[in-house]
Amino acid sequence: MKQPFPFSAIVGQQDMKRAMLLTAIDPSIGGVLVFGDRGTGKSTAVRALAALLPPIKAVKACPVYGERIEDCPAWAGVTKKATHQIPTPVVDLPLGASEDRVTGALDIEKALTKGEKAFQPGLLAAANRGYLYIDEVNLLEDHIVDLLLDVAQSGENVIEREGLSIRHPARFVLVGSGNPEEGELRPQLLDRFGLSVDVTSPTEVAERVEVIKRRDAYENDHAAFMLRWQAEDATLRDRILKARKTLKKLKTPDSALEDVAALCIRLGSDGLRGELTLLKAARAYAAWRDDTALTRSHIRATAPLALRHRLRRDPLDDAGSGTRVTRIVEDVLG
Amino acid sequence: MTPWARATTALRLTFADPAGCGGLALRSRPGPAREALLALIPGDVSRLHPALPLEALEGGIDVSASLSGTTLVRHRGLLQARNRTLLLTMAERCPPLIASRLCAALDQGQGHRLIALDEGVERDEHLPPALQDRLAFHVSLEGLGQRDIAPTDPIAKRPVSTKFLQAVECPEEALEELVQLAVTLGINSLRAPSLALRAARAHVALNRRNRLTSEDILVAAELVLAPRATRIPQETPEEPEAPAKTPPEATAERELTALPQEILLEAIRTALPADLLAKSGSNKGKNGFGSGAGAKRTGSRRGRPLPARDATPRGKAPRVDLMATLRAAVPWQTLRRAQGSNRPGPIIRPSDLRYRRYEELSDRLLVFVVDASGSAALARLAEAKGAVEILLSEAYARRDHVALIAFRGKGADLLLPPTRSLVQTKRRLAELPGGGGTPLAAGLQMGCETACGAFRKGLSPVLILLTDGRANIALDGKPDRKQAAEDAQRVAAEVAAQGVDSIVIDTGRRPEPALRQLALSLRGQYASLPRADARGLSDTVSAALEG
Repeated sequence: MKQPFPFSAIVGQQDMKRAMLLTAIDPSIGGVLVFGDRGTGKSTAVRALAALLPPIKAVKACPVYGERIEDCPAWAGVTKKATHQIPTPVVDLPLGASEDRVTGALDIEKALTKGEKAFQPGLLAAANRGYLYIDEVNLLEDHIVDLLLDVAQSGENVIEREGLSIRHPARFVLVGSGNPEEGELRPQLLDRFGLSVDVTSPTEVAERVEVIKRRDAYENDHAAFMLRWQAEDATLRDRILKARKTLKKLKTPDSALEDVAALCIRLGSDGLRGELTLLKAARAYAAWRDDTALTRSHIRATAPLALRHRLRRDPLDDAGSGTRVTRIVEDVLG
Repeated sequence: MTPWARATTALRLTFADPAGCGGLALRSRPGPAREALLALIPGDVSRLHPALPLEALEGGIDVSASLSGTTLVRHRGLLQARNRTLLLTMAERCPPLIASRLCAALDQGQGHRLIALDEGVERDEHLPPALQDRLAFHVSLEGLGQRDIAPTDPIAKRPVSTKFLQAVECPEEALEELVQLAVTLGINSLRAPSLALRAARAHVALNRRNRLTSEDILVAAELVLAPRATRIPQETPEEPEAPAKTPPEATAERELTALPQEILLEAIRTALPADLLAKSGSNKGKNGFGSGAGAKRTGSRRGRPLPARDATPRGKAPRVDLMATLRAAVPWQTLRRAQGSNRPGPIIRPSDLRYRRYEELSDRLLVFVVDASGSAALARLAEAKGAVEILLSEAYARRDHVALIAFRGKGADLLLPPTRSLVQTKRRLAELPGGGGTPLAAGLQMGCETACGAFRKGLSPVLILLTDGRANIALDGKPDRKQAAEDAQRVAAEVAAQGVDSIVIDTGRRPEPALRQLALSLRGQYASLPRADARGLSDTVSAALEG
């Protein structure tokens, strides 16, 4: 298997890269939605992210990658405490995946050959503590969407089937990508994503040339290319780890909370999820910048990412909600 | 290159570098040219069709074998193998699900070669765009007959070795050339220049050279970039029929390593899609017709079975899906038998039952037929536009589909095939120019065709005609007031016979008796709105639709 395209080698697409890094710093932000044209590097970025993320510590043989033995579900029958380092899981949820495949179901092999009732974990188990990636999320079937919403909210996957009664933790960052021309996303699912990004092809010819050049080098001069960029990826990785530490000590002044609230009221976003996400995203961004306190500049930088998809949609406004958010941010924060 | 040469070269390059090029989208109805081209494919071919169950692609449990033995028997899916030649027939009907799987397989670079046979007739019938974007070559064999087939060398089955491909020297200018060209042709996806580069490399390797030359760039541009073009560059020369060959003196004058843009453009002009040229004058991009997967998805709302589910569907008398039920029951057999049931045959419990699901939502389609003729333009085209916009936002709230047809001059234009993309509809509407005669019959006819197409896809269409009623262009495009009125009446009767609901909105200064007559023939509702504003118009339609 070829190594994925390095994250740091992706040309441009600052918004998308920033959003993904923020979720890497604080996974509780709740996922990224990437909407854009075909061939703008959406899938590439997600695959690259998998390689970029720092490894996690997990109990060996634990199907949900529990950090300590207490985190492993009882049905897995994990007895040894030994842990090992594994890459952060990034799991693909293919369109048309069956419910069984997503939630997990009876282990068919064991049931047939040994007559044992064993549980075979599904994609949700494999994505625990990591990322769940859905390409063309807007084409996902409704019943799978409902299921995902349920699990994403509770952080726990519950399976009740004939003879099986199983639960296990399923906390993951949802990353969805799609092309809005092919269908829109239900508002419930939209709201569930923490951040949203619109990507477009770069408009500068030079930038496009650079994209093609790097792609070509990646394909035809693989070893040298990876060597060159893996060093940069390592720097990014260290920065993420450092930011995670900084985040814990970061101060949030009351004025920042007021700013966030004022902004959301002004935008008329429904519910409080907008505020919470914006606050988390802004804090993660401040940590990324290695600042000690949350300021307006952090809020300003992350507001479009966190709020763009929460506006009451005007179907005929083709200027995009991003500009609307930016305008109001300027009004409120000055 | 002739279309035939183009097709064979594309096929050759696909087989030279399958991992890089992905494959070939072949737009053609069945015919001798297509048969001849497919006969050139070396080696075994796995045929896929759009109604293929997912298990065939990805493998699954073999029910009968598993039931007869005690071991679980799985069958391998087509995509689990490597280096397959996949032939997707009727690719234009490929559902998004299958398309997304094929895309994923292509992205992983398992060496599959996908040849998608796009048999679409209408312009809005085409491959799912995500899949089309990943196939390097788009070739059309439309209109090719027996005499166009030239003898060709057999195609080697073995791909060119990666080492050889990677060794190809690729000057930076060549790369810039391809990117620049893609921009000039209005190609947004960055996959296109990337694929073009791979194709150019494959071409170099095939010709046993080791350096990329302008010839390779030309081939790549013609095969990969030209079919994706969405616009013709502004500085188009005056004579579109200029010969494809580059004038020799032009090349002699410019001793450049790379080809000048104009020459490249000139050379690939012949490869540009024909309808692009036809449309280029009216400033409409091809993009707008990319309703693609969206339109098809809504098209499968009725009749197409969805994957079976275990929950009882809401409707009455659900149908059990036998295969899915068996598949669900298979794993439990050993367990259940161990519990002491000695009945022969599979033991099936209620929890195994899987039901067929069909989605029976019949979505409403609003077909707006807008009069953009001179008389209407003078009177109230702007108001009609405003009214349609208000209706559109209501349509959005109801998740209706909309289609937009405008008639002016000599005929009618389907500006937007049925879609849910409101933004596109609005954009089209805003661009709608006014002027010319009133070919009312032509507009109605196109509206009727669109509505009937929607019927077949399981939508319930409503025709909304906005006009001032003075039809003066007959169906054959001749200015003849009497004939025009007769034609309009005749087409209206046809529409009524098809059972299409309709609403006629009179936008003239005074109520037009002919229009009331037309509404009668349509068996539809009539609303006259002298001096009404856009909001009033929309209220009328809403009232008519509710009632």
